[in-house]
Amino acid sequence: MTSHSLGRFLDQYRGAGSFLSVCLLLILVMFGLPLFVSTFGLLQVTILAVMSIFALSQGFVWGFAGIMSFGQAGFLGLGAYAYAVAVINYGDSTLAVPISIILSMLFAAVMGYFMFYGRISDAYVGVITLTVSVILFQLINSTSGSQYRIGVVELGGFNGIPAIPPLNLIGDPSRPLDQTGIWYATMGGLLLVYGLLRFILMSRFGRVVVAIRENETRAQLIGYDPRLFKLLAFVTGAGIAGLAGCLYVNWAGYISPGVFALTMSAQAIIFVLVGGLGTLLGPILGAVLIQWLINTIGDQGAVDPGLGLGIILVAFVLLFPKGIVPLVRAAIQQVLTWRKRNVGSPLLADADPLQSGAE
Amino acid sequence: MTSPNPAPARKLTPLLEARDVTMKFGGVTAVDHVDLVLNEVELRCLIGPNGAGKSTFFKMLTGQLRPSGGSIRFRGNEIGGAHPHEIARRGVGIKTQIPNLFDGLSVRENVFIAAARRKSVARATAIVDEALERLHLTDIAGREVGRLAHGQRQWVELATVLAQEPELILLDEPAAGMTKVEVERTAQLILEINRTHAVVVVEHDMQFIRRIAKVVTVFNQGKILVEDHVDRVLADERVRNVYLGNSISA
Amino acid sequence: MDLAGLIAFNVVTGIAMLCLITIGLGVIYGMMRIINLAHGELMMLGAFTCVIATEAGINIWISIFVLSPLVVGIIGLVLERTIIRFLYGRILDTMLATWGISIGLTGLIVTIFGNNVRTLANPAPSFGIGEYSTSLYGLVVVAVAVGALGSLFALLRFTKFGLILRATMERPGMAAALGIKPDTVYMATFALGSALAGMAGAVLAPISGVSPVMGVAYITRAFITVLGGGAAIVTGTGLASMLFGTIDELVSFKASPVIGSVAMLMTAVVLIRILPTGITGRFLRRSL
Repeated sequence: MTSHSLGRFLDQYRGAGSFLSVCLLLILVMFGLPLFVSTFGLLQVTILAVMSIFALSQGFVWGFAGIMSFGQAGFLGLGAYAYAVAVINYGDSTLAVPISIILSMLFAAVMGYFMFYGRISDAYVGVITLTVSVILFQLINSTSGSQYRIGVVELGGFNGIPAIPPLNLIGDPSRPLDQTGIWYATMGGLLLVYGLLRFILMSRFGRVVVAIRENETRAQLIGYDPRLFKLLAFVTGAGIAGLAGCLYVNWAGYISPGVFALTMSAQAIIFVLVGGLGTLLGPILGAVLIQWLINTIGDQGAVDPGLGLGIILVAFVLLFPKGIVPLVRAAIQQVLTWRKRNVGSPLLADADPLQSGAE
Repeated sequence: MTSPNPAPARKLTPLLEARDVTMKFGGVTAVDHVDLVLNEVELRCLIGPNGAGKSTFFKMLTGQLRPSGGSIRFRGNEIGGAHPHEIARRGVGIKTQIPNLFDGLSVRENVFIAAARRKSVARATAIVDEALERLHLTDIAGREVGRLAHGQRQWVELATVLAQEPELILLDEPAAGMTKVEVERTAQLILEINRTHAVVVVEHDMQFIRRIAKVVTVFNQGKILVEDHVDRVLADERVRNVYLGNSISA
Repeated sequence: MDLAGLIAFNVVTGIAMLCLITIGLGVIYGMMRIINLAHGELMMLGAFTCVIATEAGINIWISIFVLSPLVVGIIGLVLERTIIRFLYGRILDTMLATWGISIGLTGLIVTIFGNNVRTLANPAPSFGIGEYSTSLYGLVVVAVAVGALGSLFALLRFTKFGLILRATMERPGMAAALGIKPDTVYMATFALGSALAGMAGAVLAPISGVSPVMGVAYITRAFITVLGGGAAIVTGTGLASMLFGTIDELVSFKASPVIGSVAMLMTAVVLIRILPTGITGRFLRRSL
């Protein structure tokens, strides 16, 4: 094996290694935390997991597909409201969960078709996603009054829908989940989404999506239709956000139009930016950190969390545009190469022995 | 591949046939009713001064521009106005003026993505190895493309084009920005590729043209000035005038 | 007849309001091609300045036309010098950073003043059109909108400063070669756009109510009107405001304000799809 193919081999191995270690960590947290933390504590932490899923939807769509969505909250909200309406109407959460995901995906499919099959530039995708999420907010916000109902559920306008039943065991509405159960369901969802995205990114579809982000022209000239791949990536992201919406409702117990608000979309973007654009771990980390920060600042009540959030967003755009995870990784790389150079390890040298041409 | 000496009784469909192709931008006619025919395994060079319309014409072949008029047929199928990815799928490999590559990925990965469309991983890997061999890129296969020198990037792009297993190869300024040594190597590569593929080259570099060309089409002000064997073209008085006597006389 | 008069008045007022909301953002977009997502909050700051000043006894007209633009113009200047100027040319990054500023400013005001709605007394009396009564303040809004557009046009067309602005807009490199510092021009433009936003926020305060989160309603409308209008500052803002304002008011009248707003947003989405560079990207390209 030449040093190059060894390097490649180790890369793949390292890739699988990091995937397994993250999964292990998530599983440990999932089953370990309830042992140490009260039910109330679990409640605090569940929202961090929900936001992690929401962040992953933004992270995939933006970081890997290169689609600048300014309105992921639209899909969060659609999933949330869809779950609420379905679970109350059916009295059973079994169908409500897939409905929340599928509704978001359908909406995204229509939006995506309109955006990607028209000749709209990347910046305008941001405009349109933002505008549509605002439209959704204004529409739902205005549904006060008993004439706005789906089935038996009144949409409730700016008051929203109260007292939403939580998830129950599949097919058995008489066994609703308690707080610990919802924690398991949420963490399970996070594991599932993380695994799914990892799998997608390793698959041919995922590679093409990333290639299109890297250089759309070259991808086209190879024969890939960028419009289709962007549409599919966008729909996938929406489905994940829909799931997050469903789990969000389960955490909160009720839902209001605030879920569609611009600040929600902003949060998703901040999670990804702070955590690390172009990674999967980054959005999760960003969500946990920032959401925790929001909760803590919000609790003490003197200073509005928005102030801190705004400062963080500006600071990261100006100073750390790559986010925390890539910074940490780069730092680790630095340490490792320092050690290599000083300890000496010719097998892992990544210097090219055959320098062809000027560099 | 079809033999270059067809049976006399049947007339073969040309590989590429452009008839009456026109491109207007607002009031400006960049390409004015141009006809061009290309046969199997033919090598054609498009030359002409800046603004002559050859790049515009090229972009209509690749699908990056939609012709205002006329028709472009590839193997008898109309491709004028089709999306670039549709044209690529029909078997046309394209190298753009500024190299379009996946800078964050390695050479091998770049070529692999091109090779792997609709093929098994095993087959794609074989194609990649062969393309890298043919272009002498095996040594740098693991390097990140964004870090390569310009000349190397051009060759990597050539490799990605080859890896698609195209029937027609369109190259826009393949020798641009290269040293004399690199230009010579590129010329050899293109001649080698031409043994099995039809190639259309748009170029400015006259040394390069002299080295590889057989039939040359000269563009001027949106029309074809002359289309003939390279020696006759380069000796043609009109062509010299059109170039205002710079590189031709060299 | 009376109804028609009322509707016409509402449409004109609606267009004028949209114009005022947009003009500050349009100046900045037209010059630097950046979308300042903190625009709504700049308007909010203008409104707050006005409220605080009038509560302190200062004449409302002075608050609206002098104090608010001054204060917000200075704030805009500071923002530009400390944050925005590092991000020119990076569209997405400026959108993100200005979004951060927007969230931050909202949070700051909530922290200082609390999250409640204040009202500013409407200084104009109501008047009647036949059997419908409405406020004369609508006329004030129209007058200010016309005045603002007119002054901006005059500034760009007839003054040396305006010439410098236009030159830098078109070819910053060439302007620099002639001794003009694009950086200074951008700074001045951002301050001007902020001042206009501040004034707009103050002018509309009596009708809209004042709260820290009022900016959100404005930014989307301004945003899409700027993109729909295209690069020409005065003509683009004017034409897009006319189109969107008319649709908004007519649909609002027929259905409800929310549906009107939704109709306007959807029109914008469709317009941007058809004319990606806005109205003045295609028509009247050489206008100011």
